[in-house]
Amino acid sequence: MGEAAPPPETPLILVGSEGSRRIVQATNQAALKAGLHTGMPASKAQALIQNLIVLKAQPDTDHAALDQLARWALRRYAPIVTTDPPDGLVVDATGATHLHGGESAMLCDMVRRLAESGIAARAALADTWGAAHAFARFQTDPILVLPPGQSAEALLPLPVAALRLPSEIVHGLHRLGLKSVGDLEHMPRAPLALRFGSQPGRRLDQAMNRACEPIHPIRLPEIAETRRAFTEPIAAAETIAHYIEKLVVDLCRMLETRGQGVRRLDLLCHRVDAQIASVRIGTAMPVREPKRLTRLLREKIELIDPGFGIELMCLSATCTESLEARQILSNLVAPPEAGIADLIDTLSNRIGAKRIYRMASVESDVPERSLTRVSPMSAETSRSWCISWPRPVHLLQPPEPIETMALLPDHPPVSFLWRGLRRKVRAADGPERIFGEWWTHDAEMQAVRDYFRVEDEAGERFWIYRAGDGEHAETGSQNWFLHGIFG
Amino acid sequence: MSASASQSVLSDLRAHIARLERGSPHERTSLPFGLPEIDRFLPGGGLKRGAFHEILGGTGAGGGAAAVLFAAGIAARSHGKVLWCMARPDLFAPALSQAGLAAERVVYVECRDEKSLLACFEEALRHPGLGAAIGETSRLSMTASRRLQLAAETSGVIGLAVCRWERKAEAEECRTSSAAVTRWRVSALPSAPLPVPGVGRPRWHLELIRSRAGESAEFVVESCDEQGRLTLSSDMAHGQGTPEYGRGRTSA
Repeated sequence: MGEAAPPPETPLILVGSEGSRRIVQATNQAALKAGLHTGMPASKAQALIQNLIVLKAQPDTDHAALDQLARWALRRYAPIVTTDPPDGLVVDATGATHLHGGESAMLCDMVRRLAESGIAARAALADTWGAAHAFARFQTDPILVLPPGQSAEALLPLPVAALRLPSEIVHGLHRLGLKSVGDLEHMPRAPLALRFGSQPGRRLDQAMNRACEPIHPIRLPEIAETRRAFTEPIAAAETIAHYIEKLVVDLCRMLETRGQGVRRLDLLCHRVDAQIASVRIGTAMPVREPKRLTRLLREKIELIDPGFGIELMCLSATCTESLEARQILSNLVAPPEAGIADLIDTLSNRIGAKRIYRMASVESDVPERSLTRVSPMSAETSRSWCISWPRPVHLLQPPEPIETMALLPDHPPVSFLWRGLRRKVRAADGPERIFGEWWTHDAEMQAVRDYFRVEDEAGERFWIYRAGDGEHAETGSQNWFLHGIFG
Repeated sequence: MSASASQSVLSDLRAHIARLERGSPHERTSLPFGLPEIDRFLPGGGLKRGAFHEILGGTGAGGGAAAVLFAAGIAARSHGKVLWCMARPDLFAPALSQAGLAAERVVYVECRDEKSLLACFEEALRHPGLGAAIGETSRLSMTASRRLQLAAETSGVIGLAVCRWERKAEAEECRTSSAAVTRWRVSALPSAPLPVPGVGRPRWHLELIRSRAGESAEFVVESCDEQGRLTLSSDMAHGQGTPEYGRGRTSA
């Protein structure tokens, strides 16, 4: 609604009609706090709260927005994504978390990015779709990662509503005194099926990983995709590698006509038991070389579980960037500098892209703030640290407190005690005074650090500082710290 | 046999052995220190490219800060990007840039554990586009070092393993044999004396513990300048400390 949106602290409900009744379909936080809940009649809600804002629900627009979100998640996170209406997304994280630095890092990133665009989201990762659905909605932690095999047990105390059952079945189960998933689990199945049909049992089995529930991933029509179906299911690693190569060659030819290169490549292996095994690889720069892409995919073959056999392999370039052929300038004098983009891709698919970085300078006098991590393939700047004082090779993070014997405020200590060892200072340089950055941090208005470079009698050189100028209490605690070790 | 004849026989034999050792056709060059006193102890007149070198840190609390800076100085004098594999991210990039290794040349790889570090290091050594690959390890088995040496031979990249440790016991483990072409130990010495109070240019005790087809030696050097070059300590240059520049030792 943009500018016309009401402030978040006023209660707001969305109302939709169910038959002839008008009922509440969604509430905001303020309305929830005031005691309104979804499923109650709209007239009752209006009677309960004054100046309640009532808007008409638009399920079609909501669904389209959810679809949009699923497309975003597909491009960004994992090859298998689908919508879980009315308000959820299902992501099969298998084989894709390595690009985001692990499972919990991926969920954190997801929730943070959604929060930045104004969507309050909760994320859970569990063994099955059903379990993850339940934990995301009925657990207090906004981000929850359950270790494999522990979902079933953790499901037991949750309410039956967590099992994706229609509301009338949930009410029916409540009437029988079945409140939690555990109660339902311990009931004999036959009488339950007689009364409620097969649905409660099926949903329970799906959540507990006793019945399989395939996810039908959304596909984007505009992305380049090649597929190959097999009359006989394949399972051997060599056979998979062979067909990966063929698919990659086809895909690269397709991308060439479009003038694109791959940034994210998904391999989906549809198995005979209707499950999909998937792997995703990422590259730092757009790539269209079949050899390189094949090599990256081959490293991931061990993650593909073929089960009873694979009947369809599908390779799609989910994320692409334009890559035009360009002329290479040759220089007779200097040999061309070989690129290392392929090495970076191999390593980042192995240990995660966040673990590979370059350092860049940031304008700050405070040592630990003077550098930042940038992507290894980011453009090179000529900016560097212009520091005339020597800097230590190792920076201790956080600085370690030391006990010192100091004479005068401007003098370095005579000796100091660090990690249980007393060192006598033989020579020292300093002080180098570093002021707090009062323009960004209010608390650092008067903060000062006095750095000294000291050398002990064995010849080891350390970087120590006093928090404060040695005279005025407002400049710091006057304690000494060891911040770095020189080579 | 005359002296010149025996020289030619020796050089023939050397070439023959070199062919047997490598089996790869392309010529290997080396990266000199630019100090004749050190380079004359190294076969080929410098650190061999396409080989793997090991640098041990001293046993002080520094945990090998000097060894790291020594490796950075070597990498600074190579051409191209440098890949730095580590398990503990405590390097301070401004110090490397002060040793001549500009920030845009170094790509850091932060590995989860020692095992993935060795795998990444080996992968980097196989890539011909790098100037140097550096790995910080705490222990290096014979098998691991042989793998790294073979990987370096395929690409022609200079590989530097920096052994740092926290405890003395780890230092003992590192004493075991390795397949590295040269093996160094760098420990901090009191800095060069200044006429005024202050800390002078840092000095190191640099030991060439092992060198394949060469002698071992030890030196007192002053640490890297802005281009990553070492200088021989002035004490030694004036012949005050030791009678000879690099003292030859029996092979370790």
